[in-house]
Amino acid sequence: MSDPMAEIKASFFIECEELLEALQDGLQSMYDGEGDAETVNVVFRAVHSIKGGAGAFGLDGLVGFAHRFETALDDLRSGKLDTDPHLLKLFFTCNDVLGDLVRECRDEVPHDSAKLDPVLAELDTLIGGVQSEDQTAETVDFEVTPLSLDLSLDGQDDETVSDPIWKIRFQPGPMLYANGNEPLFLFRALRDIGDLSVTCDHNDLPPLAELDCEHAHIGWTLTLETTEGRAAIAEAFDFVEGLCTLDIKQKETGSSNLEALVPLPPLGGDAEWPADNGAPDLPRNDQVNSAPTIEQGNFPEVAETPAARLEAAPPAERKTGAGAAAPRATVRVDLDRIDRLVNLVGEIVLNQAMLSQSVQAAGIPPNSPVSTGLEEFQQLTRDIQESVMMIRAQPVKSLFQRMSRIVREASAAIGKDVRLRTDGENTEVDKTVIERLADPLTHMIRNAVDHGLEANDVRERMGKAREGSVFLTAVHRSGRVVIEVADDGAGIDRDKVFRKAVEKDLIPADSQLSDGEIDNLLFLPGFSTADEVSNLSGRGVGMDVVRSAIQSLGGRISIQSEPGHGTTFSISLPLTLAVLDGMVVNVAGETLVVPLNSIFETLAVTQEDLRAFGPSTHVVNIRDSFVPLIDLGAELGYRAPLDDYTGGVVLLIGQEDGLAAAVVVDAIEDQRQVVIKGLQESYGRVPGIAAATILGDGQIALILDPIDLITQASGRTRPKAPRHQISNHENLNSSGAEE
Amino acid sequence: MTDSEAIKDYSGDGSVREYLSFLVGGQDYCVDIMQVREIRGGAKATTLPHSPSFMRGVINLRGTVLPIMDLACRLDMHTETDTQRNVIIVVATGERVVGLMVDAVSDILAISHEDLQPPPDLPADQQRSFVSALTIMENRMIRVLDLTAVVPSSDEEAA
Repeated sequence: MSDPMAEIKASFFIECEELLEALQDGLQSMYDGEGDAETVNVVFRAVHSIKGGAGAFGLDGLVGFAHRFETALDDLRSGKLDTDPHLLKLFFTCNDVLGDLVRECRDEVPHDSAKLDPVLAELDTLIGGVQSEDQTAETVDFEVTPLSLDLSLDGQDDETVSDPIWKIRFQPGPMLYANGNEPLFLFRALRDIGDLSVTCDHNDLPPLAELDCEHAHIGWTLTLETTEGRAAIAEAFDFVEGLCTLDIKQKETGSSNLEALVPLPPLGGDAEWPADNGAPDLPRNDQVNSAPTIEQGNFPEVAETPAARLEAAPPAERKTGAGAAAPRATVRVDLDRIDRLVNLVGEIVLNQAMLSQSVQAAGIPPNSPVSTGLEEFQQLTRDIQESVMMIRAQPVKSLFQRMSRIVREASAAIGKDVRLRTDGENTEVDKTVIERLADPLTHMIRNAVDHGLEANDVRERMGKAREGSVFLTAVHRSGRVVIEVADDGAGIDRDKVFRKAVEKDLIPADSQLSDGEIDNLLFLPGFSTADEVSNLSGRGVGMDVVRSAIQSLGGRISIQSEPGHGTTFSISLPLTLAVLDGMVVNVAGETLVVPLNSIFETLAVTQEDLRAFGPSTHVVNIRDSFVPLIDLGAELGYRAPLDDYTGGVVLLIGQEDGLAAAVVVDAIEDQRQVVIKGLQESYGRVPGIAAATILGDGQIALILDPIDLITQASGRTRPKAPRHQISNHENLNSSGAEE
Repeated sequence: MTDSEAIKDYSGDGSVREYLSFLVGGQDYCVDIMQVREIRGGAKATTLPHSPSFMRGVINLRGTVLPIMDLACRLDMHTETDTQRNVIIVVATGERVVGLMVDAVSDILAISHEDLQPPPDLPADQQRSFVSALTIMENRMIRVLDLTAVVPSSDEEAA
């Protein structure tokens, strides 16, 4: 990263991702019929900014495509084209292609012309009719419109706000700059007391040749919405008093900003004010949007201008987009730094726990200043930990946007009309969870489109809307995130599922299964109901992979299905992968942590419950079902199997579909949240162990991977049998395990 | 250039390097000091299940999980008396950081490259592969430990 250009380029690509997101948002609200002229502008600007940046880096392929896309959008903007579903579909494809191009440029791989060319051809025919006017379109592109530099980064055009609006005209004199003042800082000070919008008056800017660089040519009109009085506003200008012309006026509440931008007639003797603000015939030597400020050369922040515009754009969206959160100021931070912070905070928490233990050990009474101070410290560290964890959290929006592309492509491939409806896009989840959720979610979405929804004709015959719907929702529920993938299709054909499962030897033909159990057969490895293997799905690598991916994230997945009405898959996930709720147990003198979400129940084993099974194994009778007994101490090699397990503490561990085991431990010590520390990178994989954590006493405790443990367990729960012992496989199969 | 000058030459051509020497099972070993992160006292290690016998387990090194290796055991030495092995040398090889449990840390030695001899090839000792060179210092034979051989790769352990 020593090359400054490479750094700028990297930030361009990051910006592109944001622009693409805005682009997709805009297209989506147009598609949903919520778009207005401003939406088109937002979309247009996004493409335009990508094009501009790409041009600066000489990414010709990207520029070429973005230009044509932009031209088409411009035709739409100027009313030459109508928004019809077909056009929007093409725009969505363009959006996807543009995203691909950006990524191809970023990764410096050649463009895939096979994908690009048909879209280009379609775009060309679209804009072909208006090609002759291309020239004008181009000039429009670069026209400098009076720029509202929204420094507040806040939606200031919220019509419900009724704070008094102040109008401030600020014309710096030359001495203002000579004394080292900087208007930007004044504006920032104003921003602190209310919503500010700034317009630059550059009308008396002379042509470059005549420009006297010592003279101040630029003035500003500021509109400030604040509850503060005149004095507070004037205070901001304290330091420049006498160095500028200043006029502070209160406007009537509720007047629009557009009005505010119209300059008032000059006051008193300050006749420097031009009468007209939007004079388009300004002498200009710069084609960049931010021209008015660049020439003054006083703004090192001038590069921020496009970004500020970007931030200023979303308020329009807020009116249209359903309940979308207001834009907020954001900071881009390297993930490594956050991870380091997370680690350090984890350290503080541990340190604090150790400190409390030693304070206790020292016999300091609980209400002494030391103890109370420590308690406050404890509270603070917890707050810090929570806040730091929240830094890693990201809205699932980007993930959902990827899914809408999957739906578009999948539905186009099999000729079904499908609409993806999303909800809860702003639900925040740990970044890692989002990343690792992409694949399973893609799979489920494809499944829903391919298997879940009926063909268009069938739907019509059933009296349903021709267009199928796939719902993707995310919501926070009791400390976890629940993501649902639902369709309004035919529901699970349980007879078919049952037949298939029998056919594939996954279950015996005479099994009596409840509806829920049949639904869960979908999660068996090698299961597929599609009669024909389609391009999309049905290769038998199916829901079992999805389920194991979800489980590796500490999540659970379940199905509800109603014949004729559709199927819903619910994924419940922990908010973060960095902490885990665990049960601290003791086995053979070692302390271990068992993830709480894998424990169904805990119980003490009685003589009647315990049955000898093979020569070296036991099963436990739990409400008339026999569950294999696993001695954790023996499985992990801490001790030899015991003679007698009566009275031992048993954790019933397993998955929803019944792969379960009764794991014997010596004692349950505690139930608490632990910070997960990877073992993989420092040591490597340990069978049956997921990770490690550091307990309050500074000791490392291993975190169990219950599913791995069960599938790998030997099940030996008796001292060495003299004869040949039952093999692992037989033992496991008898418990109904799938593997 | 004479030998004595060479030993004092710390800056230039890298022919003299510093090594940390330590005792394992009564024998002298050393590692390149640039590979040593820190030296710390012993701590109770948490046993890792299904690990090779030379893996003592993991300890908490200021919030990171540090695997601890019993070096004597790794070198296949059976010490007559189980000495108080309570010194851990934290070393880094490549991406991996491990703690080596040794009997005692002795000294920091500056050894010139010319003084290092290749180890003889004696098939009876498996540990030959763990020693990359030999040197004599004050009449003691000091073995230069080959850390890449001593620290197994992740793949090896996962298998």
